[in-house]
Amino acid sequence: MINLPEEPTPIAKVPSTENKTGGWRTFRPVINYEKCIRCYICWKFCPEPAIEFDSPDAFPAPKPALAKFDTVKINYDYCKGCGICANECPVKAIDMVLEETEED
Amino acid sequence: MRKLTIPEEEYMLPGHTACLGCGATIAMRYVLKALGKNTILSIPACCWAVIPGVYPRRTLQVPLLYTAFEVTGAAISGIREALNAMGKEDVNVVGFAGDGGTADIGLQALSGAAERGHNIFYIMYDNEAYMNTGIQRSGSTPMGAWTTTTPGGKRRMYKWEPKKSVAEIMVAHHIPYVATVTIAYPEDLIAKIKRAKEIKGPKFIQILSPCPTGWRYSPDKTVEISRLAVQTNMFPLYEVVKGTYRITVKPKNPKPIKEYLRLQGRFRHLTDEEIERIQKQVDENWKELLKKEKCTNEE
Repeated sequence: MINLPEEPTPIAKVPSTENKTGGWRTFRPVINYEKCIRCYICWKFCPEPAIEFDSPDAFPAPKPALAKFDTVKINYDYCKGCGICANECPVKAIDMVLEETEED
Repeated sequence: MRKLTIPEEEYMLPGHTACLGCGATIAMRYVLKALGKNTILSIPACCWAVIPGVYPRRTLQVPLLYTAFEVTGAAISGIREALNAMGKEDVNVVGFAGDGGTADIGLQALSGAAERGHNIFYIMYDNEAYMNTGIQRSGSTPMGAWTTTTPGGKRRMYKWEPKKSVAEIMVAHHIPYVATVTIAYPEDLIAKIKRAKEIKGPKFIQILSPCPTGWRYSPDKTVEISRLAVQTNMFPLYEVVKGTYRITVKPKNPKPIKEYLRLQGRFRHLTDEEIERIQKQVDENWKELLKKEKCTNEE
């Protein structure tokens, strides 16, 4: 009988969500909900993924036909500010705003 | 309610340590969306070996086994056969390696695994150099590119050899499924992986995943550049099912290669004549691919 240690190889168990990468950001993506057509292209291309779904009535819809669709929101704890969402947005509803420290 | 074109489940957690606008993380996200939870990954030394973060952090919701640089093919063969012996034949076993670990260092293990015919996926995410160690030239670096080991200078010592086509090498192994995909076409990527899932035997998929750090462009252009690679025919998207070619995206009016090259700092030094030479090479490759598609679909 061979006695193996309980964990023969090191196993990584801590989820990376502990690592808040939002501090890497230079530019902050800000969604303009008056323009957003809820196409979810930003969600599709986010490399983090830091774009989450929210309830349809979290923000007013630009058109009544869009009111039944879920809205998107950015999780600033993890967004690194790469700007892919702003570049891919078909209606240019995402602006990249320079981050400012609290003292400024 | 939401209308999505790709599966909603996420198997990758945020908080990983990839660079801003990393193409390889987008590639992994789509691959796991297509394969689902019943998957085991094996990753050699490459960018993805550092993306999950420092031990004990993990970023994927599926098991991941790190291996040495040259043994991805051998490692996934072993995992596959062990799982088969345990009667777990429905688990997807995936090797996820960079272009250095596939085109150069891991080629013999991959070739061996393909020849033995294990029921595995081998996914090569192609960022066209050894990005993790500091942008050194690999066999998959395209013609004319700057890297830190082809630095240019007065004698213009850039990489002038054409890019090694690993997909064609795998076609020559007569494996049942070979495909090229890129992150700008996620629906195409996921459809191809789902199709491959139905096929038994070794499957090879090459994903072009742009790297803002190594290709020298601003991180917000990742998806735009990978889309341009297809629209200029620099990186055609096709699949080879049991030897039959099918081009999945055929640009109606291919854009000039200059549009793709001028967005990237690694091609900044190219003169108009050199761009003309690259354009000629791209046109030739495209014609060759069209011929292959035509002659394998006859009869």
